[in-house]
Amino acid sequence: MDRLLELDSLFWEATRETLGIVAATLLLGGIGGLVLGVLLHTTRPGGIAPNRVVHVVLNLVVNFFRPIPFVIFIAAAQPAARLVVGTGIGNPAIIFALSVAASFGISRIVEQNLVSVDPGVLEASRAMGAGRLRTTLTVLLPEALGPLVLGYTFALVAIVDMSAVAGVVGGGGLGSFALTYGYRQYEPVVTWAAVLVIVALVQVAQFAGNRLARAAMRR
Amino acid sequence: MTPTPSTPSGDPLIRLADVSRVFPARSRQGAAVTALDHVDLDVRAGEVLGVVGYSGAGKSTLLRLVNALDRPTSGTVTVAGREVSSLSERALREVRRDIGMIFQQFNLFSSRTVWGNIAYPLTVAGVPKERHRERISELLHFVGLADKAHAHVEQLSGGQKQRVGIARALATDPRILLADEPTSALDPQTTGEVLALLRRVNEELGITIVLISHEMEVVRSLAHRVAVMEAGRVVELGDTYDVFAAPQHPATQRFVSTLVEKGPEPRALGRLRERHPGRMVTLSFRDGAASPADVFAAFIERGVTFELVHGGVEDVHGRTFGHLTFALTGDPAAVADAVSYVATLVEVSAPGTADGPDHRTEAS
Repeated sequence: MDRLLELDSLFWEATRETLGIVAATLLLGGIGGLVLGVLLHTTRPGGIAPNRVVHVVLNLVVNFFRPIPFVIFIAAAQPAARLVVGTGIGNPAIIFALSVAASFGISRIVEQNLVSVDPGVLEASRAMGAGRLRTTLTVLLPEALGPLVLGYTFALVAIVDMSAVAGVVGGGGLGSFALTYGYRQYEPVVTWAAVLVIVALVQVAQFAGNRLARAAMRR
Repeated sequence: MTPTPSTPSGDPLIRLADVSRVFPARSRQGAAVTALDHVDLDVRAGEVLGVVGYSGAGKSTLLRLVNALDRPTSGTVTVAGREVSSLSERALREVRRDIGMIFQQFNLFSSRTVWGNIAYPLTVAGVPKERHRERISELLHFVGLADKAHAHVEQLSGGQKQRVGIARALATDPRILLADEPTSALDPQTTGEVLALLRRVNEELGITIVLISHEMEVVRSLAHRVAVMEAGRVVELGDTYDVFAAPQHPATQRFVSTLVEKGPEPRALGRLRERHPGRMVTLSFRDGAASPADVFAAFIERGVTFELVHGGVEDVHGRTFGHLTFALTGDPAAVADAVSYVATLVEVSAPGTADGPDHRTEAS
């Protein structure tokens, strides 16, 4: 307990880092996943812009990256991180790797939720003279908004989980704090303090997500 | 009898010329499906054309070719002089603003209010926002939902949903309304209300309606002309009255018999024969030909006793027809004489014979 008090400022720094990493990943990976998911849905046979080649290639790419365990992906993605964000270590590299991995994961969540939209509604929009892009942005996505919010909440929790391995490439956050100052220094109280904060973060996120989804679905 | 907005040189508003639509096989083993098989069909400006057929007859495919949600495999579809079957997706957007569409499952946007649903086509058409208010309230009054402007879709009953669908389809002031089974998800009471509204759309606004349905009652009450489809072909096309009073094709006869029985069905006929020993004949009356009174007079004149055992008189847009089955008793020679005389006035058939309806004497 005394040790935890000594680490007070580092602990809150780690909490802030986790929040920053998760927020940046949710934004970047969220956008990437949305674009990929929408493309997966619209290019499928019977979608509003069917395109066999694009659909098959996207499916292969997503299926290639999704099964890679994140702790391995983060190492494998180091060269790409150096290319894109200029460094293979630290929080920028972690955010890059997380965003890429989250994009592929979220793309499937988005695709699944878009499938639940009644194709008849899209047909009605097209029949009124709306183009494909407008139909996607003003009908397809709004009609699926409630489930999409729940899907993103699920993704957010997964991102918090993945962000905990940031320490592997020198990133910060609660995961690396717990391993460095708790596990390796035989301080279970420190480890558990990090765990409690993560649990609290996830609870708040899930609560907010449920509220938002309910508002979107008006139930 | 139909309001006729002008069309250039009297051309039909919609013309399908030798249109086929073949859906490719879904799997290597599967067979291609011919949804439409060399269909020719004209829709006149200002009319309500009813298209009937069983599921899979090609009705929906036909409807979707008109606003080019689907394209024909061969043949051409022309709407108001423009060949829509070969237009680009971009050019179609403009054409589609002139063609409203309503659906069996309404297809309203649940993410928007009633107001938002009707505003959508206006936004798509680029109508400035400040003009939305007037147009939307005008439409809501027309369909009788002025009090529901800010309701959400899930708060509406089925009939209200379809009325919102109609308001939405009319928002951009189209010349054509495509109605895809618009009442099939509604109860009989609500069906009547929606049909009355569609009649106003046609009569007050002069909008041409293409209505597809598998319910003959819907077609009878609304359509000026009826096209009957079977296996991707239009097998019969005619004025609604003629189609109901004298269906020619077996498919049409089956459809009409769901509403109007030509004579008693076999089991009922058996029971009738037990009770009525005389000769049984079915007389088919039509508007403009001899009336039942003329026939009664002929029977009485010849001393033939007659009893009405089956049938009724039907009304199509104010014109009547009916199939009445009589049991005739009396001197056999007098009965035979009466029947052969009556056959010069109206169509006579013997109930229970398979060939009844289609061997007709009068021309339509």
